[in-house]
Amino acid sequence: MDNVIIQTRRLNLYYGTFHALTDIDMDIEQRKITALIGPSGCGKSTLVRVFNRMNDLIDGVHVTGDVRVHGEEIFRPDVDLIDLRKRVGMVFQRPNPFPLSVAENITFGLQIHRSRARKEFPDVVEEALRSVLLWDDLKDRLKASALSISLEQQQRLCIARVLTMKPEIILMDEPCSALDPIATLRIEELMRELKKEYTIVIVTHNMQQAARVSDYTAFLYLGEVVEFGETKQIFTAPQQQRTEEYITGRFG
Amino acid sequence: MNVRTEQRIAFTVLFACTLLVVMPVLVVLAIIFAKGYTALTPEFLFGMPENGMNAGGILPAILGTLYLVLGAIVFAVPLGVLSAIYLVEYSRDNAISRLIKLAIVNLAGVPSVVYGLFGLGIFVIFLDFGVSILSGSLTLGIMILPVIITASREALESVPRSFRIVSFSLGASRWQTIRHAVLPHALPGILTGTILGLGRAAGETAPILFTVAAFYLPALPASVFDQTMALPYHLYVISTQVPGIREDFRFGTALVLLLLVLLLNLAAIILRTRFRKKKRW
Repeated sequence: MDNVIIQTRRLNLYYGTFHALTDIDMDIEQRKITALIGPSGCGKSTLVRVFNRMNDLIDGVHVTGDVRVHGEEIFRPDVDLIDLRKRVGMVFQRPNPFPLSVAENITFGLQIHRSRARKEFPDVVEEALRSVLLWDDLKDRLKASALSISLEQQQRLCIARVLTMKPEIILMDEPCSALDPIATLRIEELMRELKKEYTIVIVTHNMQQAARVSDYTAFLYLGEVVEFGETKQIFTAPQQQRTEEYITGRFG
Repeated sequence: MNVRTEQRIAFTVLFACTLLVVMPVLVVLAIIFAKGYTALTPEFLFGMPENGMNAGGILPAILGTLYLVLGAIVFAVPLGVLSAIYLVEYSRDNAISRLIKLAIVNLAGVPSVVYGLFGLGIFVIFLDFGVSILSGSLTLGIMILPVIITASREALESVPRSFRIVSFSLGASRWQTIRHAVLPHALPGILTGTILGLGRAAGETAPILFTVAAFYLPALPASVFDQTMALPYHLYVISTQVPGIREDFRFGTALVLLLLVLLLNLAAIILRTRFRKKKRW
């Protein structure tokens, strides 16, 4: 498959002595939405944090096996973490804008990396807000505090903040769990829009969301990938009994 | 005795205790103000002491205290803030870092006269700065270091972890994260701690006793290697060491010192409430 952008082989992850991920083999396709589902504690958030190495921030994490992004092994010691995290952006569970203005939130990454001249910032802000469909709502409130806008707008703003880094992959860790159902649907709409240009990996505890929005679904249980395939197949004709039990709500 | 009476008695006792706590502060303020305010003339505030301190003003003492406080900040703020950053953001939780933290807490409990002796030994004699503004500032700086470090640590720790996580996820290095995502939000707290430290530095007598303070020096210092008068020590001198000083001069000096410290604390409170309104995470 030429379209594989993230590839894991025999990936194992330990928190100290706790074996959190076991022998994960996955191929994640470019410009698709891949959902990771499973009960709490199954390792889906841990797995998604492997792809931008955010687990490095936790003491005692130990990873073995192969993880490649665009063919490049990301756990080699000479990997540029800054570059990796620019290419693999992340959106978190709770909208977490900085207590700065809307515009300053969007340009935060640019200021750090000095990747664009300051006079280009207004254009960047507009472009980023347009691509998350916030421009019309916020164009007159760019200087307002990002904490004064609605939660859904805040989450969109956080997505826009990631987009300014020009990532290839956007990791989303339960991005809608703090939002109401209507806002959730609108964020999903945005995700479908974004997958034209970006690869999205979304962790969700909401099976309907995975069914609605994703192209591929991986079901994780106790740190292992039980089943991974096209979303339609996983939800209509699961091959594994565990998967069927989970998606029909018998546990989890 | 029914519940109501019990309740009333308890309330009365508690209220009386609280009143007793506030009383000394009010009485001290009232007495110093009543006896000292007549001395607050422009000549007193901006004049040189004359006639064995029984006439003229206390300008050298006021300026001396300001110099000392300024010197203490220049020395203690960068050192304190940087070490707080190290302790909060870089050091791991191990035996050494716990020992350092314990040492800092204990430093805050060292009596100020011990700092004075320490300053005399290190700065005045060993480093040969002499009895000078430099020695006094450094001594005061060391004394307020724990205050600044503790306040800075608390301010840094109160910045939500999510700010750091987001910053890292956007590809920022640890230092960039501190610089752009943590420090700006910790600054108000650091500032408040600093000002409170200043208040303490301005009021202490013992640390400057052996390191800088001049008994009677009716001239302004020309360099950091000069001695200077300072308000707390001047107050001690004219109250106990020289007989027959006018009473309003003594209380006037106390009033000026008190106002200076109150002003600094007030500034800290205003800054804190102002920033607290802004941050709502």
